Amino acid sequence: MQQIIFFFIRNKNFLLFLLLFTISIFLTVNSHSFHSNKVATSANFFSGGIYSIKENVRDYFNLRTQNNLLVEENNRLRELLSNAGSDMRTADIDSTNVLWNYDFVAARVINNSYSKTKNNLTIDKGSNDSLAIDMGVISSKGVVGIVNSVSANYATVQSVLNTNSQINAKLKNTNDFGTLKWQTGSPYIVTLIDIPRQVQFQLGDTIVTDGKSTIFPEGILIGSIADYKLANNQDYYELSIELFNNMTNIGHVYVIENKAAPEIMELENAVEDVE
Amino acid sequence: MWNNEALVNAVRFIVLVLVQVILLNNINLFGYVNPYLYVLFIIVYPFSGNKSLLIGLAFVLGLSIDIFSDSGGIHAAACSFLAYVRPAFLKVSFGVSYEYNMVKISTAAIGERLTYISLMVFTHHLILFSLEIFNFNHILLILKSTLFSGIFSVVLIFCTILLFSRRS
Repeated sequence: MQQIIFFFIRNKNFLLFLLLFTISIFLTVNSHSFHSNKVATSANFFSGGIYSIKENVRDYFNLRTQNNLLVEENNRLRELLSNAGSDMRTADIDSTNVLWNYDFVAARVINNSYSKTKNNLTIDKGSNDSLAIDMGVISSKGVVGIVNSVSANYATVQSVLNTNSQINAKLKNTNDFGTLKWQTGSPYIVTLIDIPRQVQFQLGDTIVTDGKSTIFPEGILIGSIADYKLANNQDYYELSIELFNNMTNIGHVYVIENKAAPEIMELENAVEDVE
Repeated sequence: MWNNEALVNAVRFIVLVLVQVILLNNINLFGYVNPYLYVLFIIVYPFSGNKSLLIGLAFVLGLSIDIFSDSGGIHAAACSFLAYVRPAFLKVSFGVSYEYNMVKISTAAIGERLTYISLMVFTHHLILFSLEIFNFNHILLILKSTLFSGIFSVVLIFCTILLFSRRS
């Protein structure tokens, strides 16, 4: 017994180190999977508060670009509105229209990273504003990411620029779909994989979200084709997509709540259980 | 006992974390190079101080950075490892009897100081980036990030020590 106690006392530094190192590795591995209860995220009262203060100062330096973005978006929406004309008025009556399935919550980005391989953003809305995990996040120009943890007043968003991110996307013209991933490196370029070889496309074609998942509605802009090559097995294309969004300077974002998501998930889970 | 030494360390801890997460994490030189100044806390921790306490403190330090940058536990792992191997690095840089010679980082010779800081910083960065990227296919990216961020950190830490050692 005494031997054991002496062993512990002699090696207490090593054992302490081993314990803490194991905890850290566990936290790291935990953060690599999307659906797990994350322990250490910046969506908490303390770090969220500090980031808010920081962003309150930093905001002033971006006012001009952010205003331009908002004016651009207003312009686009006005065009849509005036072109839609009478269609929009009849839509008022039809409350079952698919558009009403989505709720949008405006939020401000208080922390953003784009230089690591697993990038996250922090936004200043949380479960008090009915945000939940797995909601899509877009800006006025296109897709930004997916909510991956929430606290009462803050949430973290797994950016498109995260090697763990996989987003369903399709070619706007032909409706052929694939998976959007990020291969690290440039924060302006992402990769669309699994596009079959027989698909016809041109450089500059637009890529939009697919709408098959419950996260993003169909047709949210992503980017345009900048380059292409055949994947290793020669059956699929790998397209390099230039994002419409400038991920290095994101100010205001919209979080999308799909009201039909719980019902769809329930249905899909039921089918899986039967199988 | 809440003596002067403990107070200085506590203030240094808080200031380094805030400077790191608010300022230095947003530098992104050439798109991906960030200095990690907060390692300074482990580097200048009193050489004869309690080793177990340092390992604990280093873990908390790394975890604070992790919480702010949503990176799981990579900084915590790198920091606790660094705190554990620090005595070995001290021996390599300042000689076997560093504890009895009352060596201080601000008074040591430039060469010894540089060896010590570089060893600490590059070890820390190598673990940090290996865990962050977590993929052997990207080993070049790991080495490249370690090298460039490491050089940046070493220069910054060296300058910070020069700047704050005037008083003593």
